[in-house]
Amino acid sequence: MSDLNNLYRQVIMDHYKNPRNKGLVGDANYKKFHVKNPSCGDDITVQTKVADGTIQDVKHDGTGCSICCSSASVMSETLMGKKVTEAEDIIDNYYNMIKGKEYDEDLDMGDAIVYSGVANFPARVKCATVAWQAAEESLKNE
Amino acid sequence: MYKKDFPVLNKGITYLDSGASSLKPSIVMEAMNDYYNNYGVNVHRGVYEISHIATEMYEAARERVAGFINADTEEVVFTRGASSSLNIVASSYGLANVNEGDEIILSELEHHSHLLPWQNVAKVKKAKLVYIPLTKEGRITVDNFKSVLSDKTKVVALTYVSNVMGYVSPLDEIINIAHQNEIVVSVDAAQAAPHKKIDVKKLDCDFLSFSAHKMCGPTGVGVLYGKKELLNSMDPIEFGGDMNDDVGLYDATFKDAPYKFETGTMPIAEVIGFKTAVEYLESIGMDEIQRHEKTLRDYAVEKMLKIDGVKVYNKDSETGILAFNIENVHPHDAASVFDKNGVCLRAGHHCAQPLVNWLGEVATLRASFYIYNTKEDVDKFIESVIEARDFFGQF
Repeated sequence: MSDLNNLYRQVIMDHYKNPRNKGLVGDANYKKFHVKNPSCGDDITVQTKVADGTIQDVKHDGTGCSICCSSASVMSETLMGKKVTEAEDIIDNYYNMIKGKEYDEDLDMGDAIVYSGVANFPARVKCATVAWQAAEESLKNE
Repeated sequence: MYKKDFPVLNKGITYLDSGASSLKPSIVMEAMNDYYNNYGVNVHRGVYEISHIATEMYEAARERVAGFINADTEEVVFTRGASSSLNIVASSYGLANVNEGDEIILSELEHHSHLLPWQNVAKVKKAKLVYIPLTKEGRITVDNFKSVLSDKTKVVALTYVSNVMGYVSPLDEIINIAHQNEIVVSVDAAQAAPHKKIDVKKLDCDFLSFSAHKMCGPTGVGVLYGKKELLNSMDPIEFGGDMNDDVGLYDATFKDAPYKFETGTMPIAEVIGFKTAVEYLESIGMDEIQRHEKTLRDYAVEKMLKIDGVKVYNKDSETGILAFNIENVHPHDAASVFDKNGVCLRAGHHCAQPLVNWLGEVATLRASFYIYNTKEDVDKFIESVIEARDFFGQF
């Protein structure tokens, strides 16, 4: 598979065109965090609702390239229903994968695994991590 | 034919991001190495031979760069770059001369480096920023300038060449009108100096700022040109070594311009490299550089307009900048196709968020051409445009 095909997998483009869990809610039970990459304009807000240490819901909204927007959608599906501690492990593992570092291939990361091709495009690491950073911050102190 | 002068091009890349920073010819690095290897000491201070040589070389660079824009030598202040120069104008001249209720005329074409210093002046002094309405093509016109000119206008701060659109602003007439109304004009020439002949006496601007690194010179050095009487009337914004005359415990006097704006050890090697860069450009000729870029750009535009699904924002621009997008493809997605093919260009808002908003986009792609580019580079670029369109079209 070419680098480009590996970067832009069908599943990524599907999440880009048909994002899951998109749209913010006006509910005080959600925590919210906004991350912006000023150099390119990627701009993502993530909301998370946690009860009893488990992520009940994840919402996201914003604008950006296909890698950025799709990864918000994939992140929301991946983290939904996970314990916060599990989510933290997944987030760390995801960062390692994106940056081309060693990562745990056996850890269940759902569709997030398809972003492994980003490691061959270092200039796109920021795009693939904006939404995850927002989720990481939103889950802090839960 | 100039490619061989630029070592980075040995990597086989197609470099179309000179608008962000140009490549540097090896003679510029050699000049800097010569300084470090043979007389790499401080200027204006040491009483020994190699310090004298360093000083002579540093001041010879000032004279050479002054000649490049037809300024008097003492009207050229070396700075960290155009951003730094534009900040000195706003922070020194602006804060001292703009008062509450005064108006500062800008345009939406301004780079953040020309916009934000005046935003700061406006906030601190309770002055008002006024924007020249752009034509639907995105240009500044003399008529539109006149439409915002008022008896409250104190400063006009405009770009000479837009870094996104490549349009040349009609500064001759605007400056003439501004001076009839006793208004001071600051020109951002960061995208002009590398590409066209500038004559500050003919242009009659009050301030003009540009960077070495966009014109085959080193990073970390730029120029603030200011009319002598203006520079001498202004306060320094940085204080320290070398810029003073007499220093007492409670008071000090400062040197005349340009020295009062050059405190601390300046980027000496870079200044010396800058001189070589200017000599390199002049050996080719600024008119020839402009002609070469225009030829490449026209060739690229002609091809781009034939490609379905491509939007060119500045098809009639007069300099070597091409602003475009591929329909339904985010610029950063497209950029990875260019990157894979070794084509370096810019994707984003180009430090000109107001203009990209004005275009109604979140970001754009920008290809910018310079003296080392060839028609083969354009062909490779066009192939990548088509590949990006087709690749993302399949989803």
